[in-house]
Amino acid sequence: MSEFDTSFDFDGRRVPFRPGQTLGAALVAAGTTAWRTTRLEGRPRGLFCGIGVCFDCLLTVDGHANQRACLVVARDGMTALTQEGTGHDDT
Amino acid sequence: MTTPDLTPSGADHDVVVIGAGPAGMACVATLLAETSLTVGLVDAGHGAGGQYWRQPAPVPTPHPGEPAPRRAGLHHDLATFHRLRDALDRGAASGRLATRFAHHVWSVTANDPGPVAEGGFAVHVVDRSGRPGDESTSTITGRALVIATGAFDRALPFPGWDLPGVMTVGGLQALLKAGDVAAGRRVAIGGTGPFLLPVAAALAARGSTVVGVFEANHPVRWLRESRAVARNVGKLGEGAGYAATLLRHRVPLRPRRMIVAAHGTDRVEAVSVARVGRDGRPVEGSAERHTVDAVGVGWGFTPQLDIAVTLGLRLTRDRGGTPVVEVDRLHRSSRPRVYAAGETCGVGGAALALVEGRLAARGVAHDLTGADPASHPAPGPDGVAAVRLGAFADAIISAHPVPVGWVDALTDETIVCRCEEVRFGAVRAAIEAGATDARQVKQLTRTGMGWCQGRVCGYAAALLSAGAPGEPDERLIGAPMPLGALAQTDDQHDAM
Ligand SMILES: Cc1cc2nc3c(=O)[nH]c(=O)nc-3n(C[C@H](O)[C@H](O)[C@H](O)COP(=O)(O)OP(=O)(O)OC[C@H]3O[C@@H](n4cnc5c(N)ncnc54)[C@H](O)[C@@H]3O)c2cc1C
Ligand code: FES
Repeated sequence: MSEFDTSFDFDGRRVPFRPGQTLGAALVAAGTTAWRTTRLEGRPRGLFCGIGVCFDCLLTVDGHANQRACLVVARDGMTALTQEGTGHDDT
Repeated sequence: MTTPDLTPSGADHDVVVIGAGPAGMACVATLLAETSLTVGLVDAGHGAGGQYWRQPAPVPTPHPGEPAPRRAGLHHDLATFHRLRDALDRGAASGRLATRFAHHVWSVTANDPGPVAEGGFAVHVVDRSGRPGDESTSTITGRALVIATGAFDRALPFPGWDLPGVMTVGGLQALLKAGDVAAGRRVAIGGTGPFLLPVAAALAARGSTVVGVFEANHPVRWLRESRAVARNVGKLGEGAGYAATLLRHRVPLRPRRMIVAAHGTDRVEAVSVARVGRDGRPVEGSAERHTVDAVGVGWGFTPQLDIAVTLGLRLTRDRGGTPVVEVDRLHRSSRPRVYAAGETCGVGGAALALVEGRLAARGVAHDLTGADPASHPAPGPDGVAAVRLGAFADAIISAHPVPVGWVDALTDETIVCRCEEVRFGAVRAAIEAGATDARQVKQLTRTGMGWCQGRVCGYAAALLSAGAPGEPDERLIGAPMPLGALAQTDDQHDAM
């Protein structure tokens, strides 16, 4: 998995990325398809629209909740966390 | 970013163009080439290109260890892209064009008192070029406004569509184009429309096994529109190119088939595909199962009308009943000095978007350079091309309706609204209780009330309740704002 020398931290795991990729693209490339659970039923979600429209792909990045993984460009050393429940204002 | 000199009216630019896809790029390049107007170009993406020419985010420092990207065959018409991008670069170097990428427009106000003396538009943006948490807001003003914000995939619910691994076809394509990532090793593609083909071809070329392209309609329908098709052999050639790729990789093209369910527990593991009968309904007992690890679905595109609705522009409907911005032949909207180009005034593909961008530029030039605004200059060869490509787009839309039987696949347990987790049973109950449009369904069930503001489920909710696509809602444009950035907005207004 060490094809690239750039990586971010996802739930304590190192995820390599090709510079210019979004967090979502790097996660999918690393075989992770879900990184959020829904508010009511706790169902797993990941990318759906891929372009910032659906808000299914939310995660917490460097302490900021509700970031769209399909839009945020990965940076070396970033920390991303699975997001549980809403993330509306209860974070 | 250097601040350009203010125009005589006090606006930052003569023209602000929102959207740097094919339509916006062509519009700006034409304004730069054919007028002396100053232009501001805003796009939420990290560079120009839009959906068609989507690129990875620019990388600040070259990485020597990086393998060569596997991008061959992914982008089409790249010569046009490079020519337009060079034109934009020259415009920026000359000071006539100011580009703001990674800037998301969250509101547009007209006749904002203050910076603009006589009329004009204030475009409010969030700068997302920094890290999460570093967003900031600002306002860009212009005497004229061009809306070229494109479209997004149209999705329809089916059992299991909320499982991870099920995506829109555009989303699969965006992953490939911007991230060089194939979403799965075994992929099923379903829905309707010619866009299913390039996505399947790109995945196959990238090494994925495409278990089938399940097209709900039948190519025979094309023959009915043969006049428009005959005049666009060029476009068909492109389709034939995809067909060759699909053949080479043995991708089964399966007309009159529909994905009726996705299966799996925490991610998609298989799909069920049914035959679509002449009545547009899935044929009972015809379902076949395919093992997959990713699925792409798309039922065409919905134009991104948030800004148009905010400004109260008059809308019309395309041949499939989808609301689009009403424009004249020079792409003037119902509101003076507001123009729309590309998918916002009807989904017709990149070639039409380019032509429309040029026409909008001529409309702007005509109106801003003192000509009688009531006069209508001849649109010229681009006007002719727009009519021709528009007829082709109509033919495509007519040949790819959503089959009525998509509803048959739903069970009471099927999620309709992904954000609020509203199931079909609840939506059905609301309709049985008298809801006759998506707005009433929303009031009764919360369908469309979540983060995406109904962008994903709104089409389905409208079809289910009213039998036709609804009028677009007035929405916050694009995205909820970070609170800090909103607080900062007030400061900015005070400072102006
Ligand atoms: C996900 C997706 C993938 C697609 N891939 C292809 C493909 O591979 N091949 C193909 O032929 N067609 C593709 N299409 C169809 C495509 O929309 C058109 O062919 C073509 O790109 C339309 O050009 P356009 O200029 O009208 O819009 P677009 O290319 O969509 O450009 C619109 C631009 O506006 C920007 N924008 C929108 N709203 C805002 C806002 N509020 N603030 C700031 N900027 C904003 C967007 O970031 C975008 O760059 C795709 C569509 C989608 C939705
Ligand atoms: S995948 Fe839809 S917003 Fe990110």
